[in-house]
Amino acid sequence: MGFMNLFKSIAGHDWGVHPADHKRPACDVQTRQLPVPPRVYLMLLQHVGAPARPVVLVGQKVKKGELIAAAHGNISAPLHASTSGTISAIDEITAPHASGLPGMAISIDTDGEEDWIETDIPSDPYALSPEDIAGRVASAGVVGLGGATFPSSVKLNLGRRSGIDTLIINGSECEPYLSCDDRLMRDKAAEIVSGIRLMLISTGAKVALAGIEDNKPEAIAAMQEAAAGFSEISVVPVPARYPMGSDRQLIIELSDREVPSDARAADVGVIVHNVGTAYAVHQAVCLGRPLIARLMTLNGGAAARPGNYEVPFGMLVSDLIAFSGGSKGDIAKLVMGGPMMGSVLPHARVPVVKGTGGILLLDAREAADSESEPCIRCGSCVSACPMGLLPLEMSARIRNEDMDAAVALGLADCIACGCCAYVCPSRIPLVQYFYHAKGDLYERQRAQLRGEATKKLALQRQERLQREAREKVEAAAKRKAQRAADAAAAAEAARLAAHDDAKQGETA
Amino acid sequence: MSTAGTSSARAGSGLTAAVIASPHAHGGNSVSATMFRVKMALVPATLFSFWLFGWPSFFLWALTILSCLCFEALSLRLMGSRRIKATLLDGSALLTGWLLALSLPPWAPWWVAVLGGLIAIVIGKQVFGGIGQNVFNPAMVARVALLVSFPLPLTQWVTPLPLSPVAGPDFVHSLRQFLTSAPLPDAMVSASVLGYTKTELSRGIDLLHSLSSASAPALSWLGERSGSFGESASLLILGGGLYLLARGIISWHTPFSVLAGVAIPAAIGHQLDPAHYLSATTHLLSGAALLGAFFIATDYVTSPNTGSGQIVFGLGIGLLTWVIRTYGGYPEGMAFAVLLMNALTPVIDRLIKPRILGRDRKGKPLSIPETKES
Repeated sequence: MGFMNLFKSIAGHDWGVHPADHKRPACDVQTRQLPVPPRVYLMLLQHVGAPARPVVLVGQKVKKGELIAAAHGNISAPLHASTSGTISAIDEITAPHASGLPGMAISIDTDGEEDWIETDIPSDPYALSPEDIAGRVASAGVVGLGGATFPSSVKLNLGRRSGIDTLIINGSECEPYLSCDDRLMRDKAAEIVSGIRLMLISTGAKVALAGIEDNKPEAIAAMQEAAAGFSEISVVPVPARYPMGSDRQLIIELSDREVPSDARAADVGVIVHNVGTAYAVHQAVCLGRPLIARLMTLNGGAAARPGNYEVPFGMLVSDLIAFSGGSKGDIAKLVMGGPMMGSVLPHARVPVVKGTGGILLLDAREAADSESEPCIRCGSCVSACPMGLLPLEMSARIRNEDMDAAVALGLADCIACGCCAYVCPSRIPLVQYFYHAKGDLYERQRAQLRGEATKKLALQRQERLQREAREKVEAAAKRKAQRAADAAAAAEAARLAAHDDAKQGETA
Repeated sequence: MSTAGTSSARAGSGLTAAVIASPHAHGGNSVSATMFRVKMALVPATLFSFWLFGWPSFFLWALTILSCLCFEALSLRLMGSRRIKATLLDGSALLTGWLLALSLPPWAPWWVAVLGGLIAIVIGKQVFGGIGQNVFNPAMVARVALLVSFPLPLTQWVTPLPLSPVAGPDFVHSLRQFLTSAPLPDAMVSASVLGYTKTELSRGIDLLHSLSSASAPALSWLGERSGSFGESASLLILGGGLYLLARGIISWHTPFSVLAGVAIPAAIGHQLDPAHYLSATTHLLSGAALLGAFFIATDYVTSPNTGSGQIVFGLGIGLLTWVIRTYGGYPEGMAFAVLLMNALTPVIDRLIKPRILGRDRKGKPLSIPETKES
């Protein structure tokens, strides 16, 4: 074993990349509040699952924190008013996505009162039942705030049902430029620890491991201090390496368990939640406050006042930029999320959502893009890939439209972390290739399903027609037999009658 | 059929559209920067070799590179490429010329340089589709083609000038020597250790006697030995290679396993029969062992793209080199070994793939462990 470890340390797969993190000075600035914008636009779909269903009418007055759209289906999340005001419309707005396609949203004309609803505060939140905690988390609309936006209560229940033993808290924040989790851990460590305790109760896990990248010493210190009184919670510094914040990588780092590619984390006894989610769980359960705002990092070379801001959901990115002090110079590229996995925004008139961890105003130098060159097979992408894939081989297959070969090479295991494209000396947009191929694959799967459904229907129709024809034939045969029988009976009757007649004749 | 048509149309537009997908940051590495660092690593050994072999070697170096650049530009022009300047500036043709020059005899005549550039770039690289597409190392294709076509000028070694009894030619004489391909002055002609011992062995004189003879060629870590123009300065080549390792341009897998592949069989053979097998040190200091291990075999395009694959590839090159040197008709086998293993690279890449996270080596998902409570 010792020999194997030595061998691993020499031959080991040094996955991931070490990008310049650009977190300072933004992460060292105190969190700032923003004025209430004139109007907020709350997207009905800002979580994984089915869109929420509006439960308000246009013209209705709502208080801050009031339910405006209910969860719909097993995997969904409700939506709450992020400020008080009047519902002004329920219609489409450009979604915060590179496609620039619209999505449904509820708009609220704000009144600036910030008038909260009555909140239900339990006397001892830590005495609540696991189901009750999950229920409160669900009705507060809490979703994974690390960016995945999966409804948190579903994960809590799944963890309990799967009998997990370890809760992993993701405080790694490996994306460059972003520091909202860092800031939250520095300022609200006690509340995060409270949220972790509630999650432990709700999932039934025995221990919680909070992994924080070692480039955030202040956050590690604050969290260690807050968790000091709780032996079941340990704060573990992890090496700063992108993508440490990816579930599978963090699970290996903290618990040495590898999640099978077709399984979920719960299958190996762990559940991963983000620190922001832990904070939201604390707010929801201890204070009865639904998720209506979050910390977001505003950063990038063109940001006039980089830093972390508490932003109500539904605020337009343009308002966020203007209220926070505007931009300096031209914004060459507007990105929602971090530079490694974030998406380009088509323009700034899109609302922020629950999954928004940051807005980057990249200047011309940061957004500089040069022409891509042919692949020189240097293998940088192979050693950078945290999943052990061969990005250069997959992209070569995708260029040749050979999607099956790309899938055989493991396309479905790609997590789109961007390490390959980050290190590529030829600047090949590998992630774009993989998105494209995955989209194509999805289309094909849908077409196949459609084809199968059509085939099934056609088969059913054919069967029905055959059955009908058979029934017709049978009915005809039956009728014929009936007629024959009738005729025979009639003939018999006639014969009998004739016989009778004859008899009668004879007798007559 | 129609679905295939629309899907390819969509694919075309999706892939050629402006890049909007993440990441929106880049590590800053580029092809030309990588090529530049490799050339930087070659500078000390090259300068030292100019000093060792004088002006003719400088002319050879300059003309080989010029020839490669010209044939690259010509090929791109004939193919109607719109990126002629950008491709020339990526530095790959220059590097090919540089490496080819280093592998040639230091006083090779001008036409060797021109023909070498033609073979390397046109046949070795562009007919395969240009950078990144070639199966074989272009410099080694040219080296081997020249060697088998023109064995005499390709095996004419000169004594390093510092060791030579006669003074080296001046600039004008060197230029005349280079351009007229006049026979080498007798006083300058020398043999490499590998060539000398092979000849002596074929005459029935074993290594114990041939190497202790006064006429045995010198062998030195510093590079004061006869041989190809850029292969002699072992320490400087090693230094350049270590620089590339430190900068992360190459990984240790290929060079380490090439050297091991030569040294291990050599050490075993020498231990068993020192009269007929050269020692590992002699092998490592001779011919293209070090240059090949650090600069030739590590060529990105023609070597496997996983660490384990590179170990197999490197061991293969080392072993084949030793086999050719020991049993083959040619005294040196590095170029042949590299080409043979280049041919195997696609197979190695097919058989040796990294393990995908969450899957076993065969690509099947790992099994889900039994949970305790459910």
